[in-house]
Amino acid sequence: MDQATLRFVIQLGIIGLTFFMLINASALLVLAERKIMGFMQQRYGPYLVGPHGLLQPLADILKLLFKEELRPKGADKWLFTLAPMISVTAAFAAFAAVPWGAETTFFGLLDTPVKLGVADVNVAVLVVFAITSMGVYGIVLAGWSSNSKYSLLGGLRSSAQMISYELAYATALASVIMLAGSLSLRSVVDAQAGYWFGFIPRWYLFLQPVGFIIYVIAGVAETNRAPFDFPEAEQELVAGYNTEYSSVRFALFPQAEYINMTTMSAVATDLYLGGWHGPLLERWGLGWVWFLIKVGVILFAYIWVRWTVPRYRYDQLMQFGWKWLFPAAVLNLIATAAFILYFNA
Amino acid sequence: MPDTVLFYVFSAVAIGASLLVIGQRNPMYSIMLLIASFGALSALYIQLDAPFVAVAQIIVYAGAIMVLFLFVVMLLNAPQEDAAQWDRAHPLRRPGVSRFGAMLAALLTVQLVWALLRVNDGSAAVGARGDVAELTSVRSVGRVLFTDYVFAFEATSILILVAMVGAVVLAAREEQR
Repeated sequence: MDQATLRFVIQLGIIGLTFFMLINASALLVLAERKIMGFMQQRYGPYLVGPHGLLQPLADILKLLFKEELRPKGADKWLFTLAPMISVTAAFAAFAAVPWGAETTFFGLLDTPVKLGVADVNVAVLVVFAITSMGVYGIVLAGWSSNSKYSLLGGLRSSAQMISYELAYATALASVIMLAGSLSLRSVVDAQAGYWFGFIPRWYLFLQPVGFIIYVIAGVAETNRAPFDFPEAEQELVAGYNTEYSSVRFALFPQAEYINMTTMSAVATDLYLGGWHGPLLERWGLGWVWFLIKVGVILFAYIWVRWTVPRYRYDQLMQFGWKWLFPAAVLNLIATAAFILYFNA
Repeated sequence: MPDTVLFYVFSAVAIGASLLVIGQRNPMYSIMLLIASFGALSALYIQLDAPFVAVAQIIVYAGAIMVLFLFVVMLLNAPQEDAAQWDRAHPLRRPGVSRFGAMLAALLTVQLVWALLRVNDGSAAVGARGDVAELTSVRSVGRVLFTDYVFAFEATSILILVAMVGAVVLAAREEQR
């Protein structure tokens, strides 16, 4: 096989692997969520299917596949089918612009290094932001097309919530972009290589602690996770926007949610935690292991928060988003700009 | 070759979706088709080597503005335009209005054809491919926006601010009663 063909095959392999990992991420997160919830509530969690319940996600998927597909009588036929597809497509597509490893030649297999990640876009931060913001259509349309009051309320809440928190989210992103001087996630990660004083990693987390906190909070709200899970608040809305869904169509919504969580964590890792840079492993060309570890830590925190923090009230959510989070993000942006001007001038 | 094929595919989607937008009786379908049209447009921008413009198109139009549209349609619960409702008595069906609309459409067509005939050589007008990428990079767009067009830019932002304050005032007055 000549180099060009080999390169093509490897590139395809990377794309396929990313897709495969994302699908598995959602399955593993379902299991992790239930296991960690069990641990936090002092019980076992799923443990009957397979060793220690490891095959539980598989059983869940099989069960959902064999369920009957229902559609409410007054539902809009087209949009009801389209909604879960939009959700899950946007979730998968957003990850396409996220790099997850350094350039590598696969231990000398190729003569020119190939970049780990689906696509290397020079405006990657914006691409991820744009495609994730498309995901809201899935939820809103699901809410509207179901022809049910609970679904509609869930969809409305979701659109209001996502518009509100996107602002703080984008402003937090802008601060990091200014520091790195690039919109490419790969250059943002590479700007974080090395150490201060020889032992503190040059992560933007240490330059942007406020920005990181804002990013994570807004990220939780964007993915509709507890304590901001109003679109599907059980006590008030049965199950919110997905109340009327069943079978595989229903399964697509949680899948989209888990993939969105993964994307959010991966972008946070790239922007604030130095991506694939870390001691030792990077030297052996295994930087992506660091990336996976960091993403895993953030995902664990996501689940941890869900099972320890109670849900806010809806007006509190709006007040917090507009009166606290967004102003804090703007102040952080101005402070960052002043910092950059002062030290670069 | 694949570039040309993709160009025609995306153009067809953009035009087809836009035509279907005005053909729908259900406003929800119109919104979804408009989003599809914006998506195809953004793909065309990418083909023109202008990824920033493409992404801005998605974020601003498809992401922000259309979500607001959707929100409004859902809140108002706009009824479907039934064929029975859309009768001769509708104000837009009056002969005078129709004629005026037809005249405007004809004028627009003439203007478009005239403009397209003037720019017969696209490459000369916008420069070489590399220049476009440089012209539409985030850095140069930002620089131009905050130097040459800073007045227009700030004026627009104040206009939007005024509109927002106006909307808040109108909404708050309702509550005081």
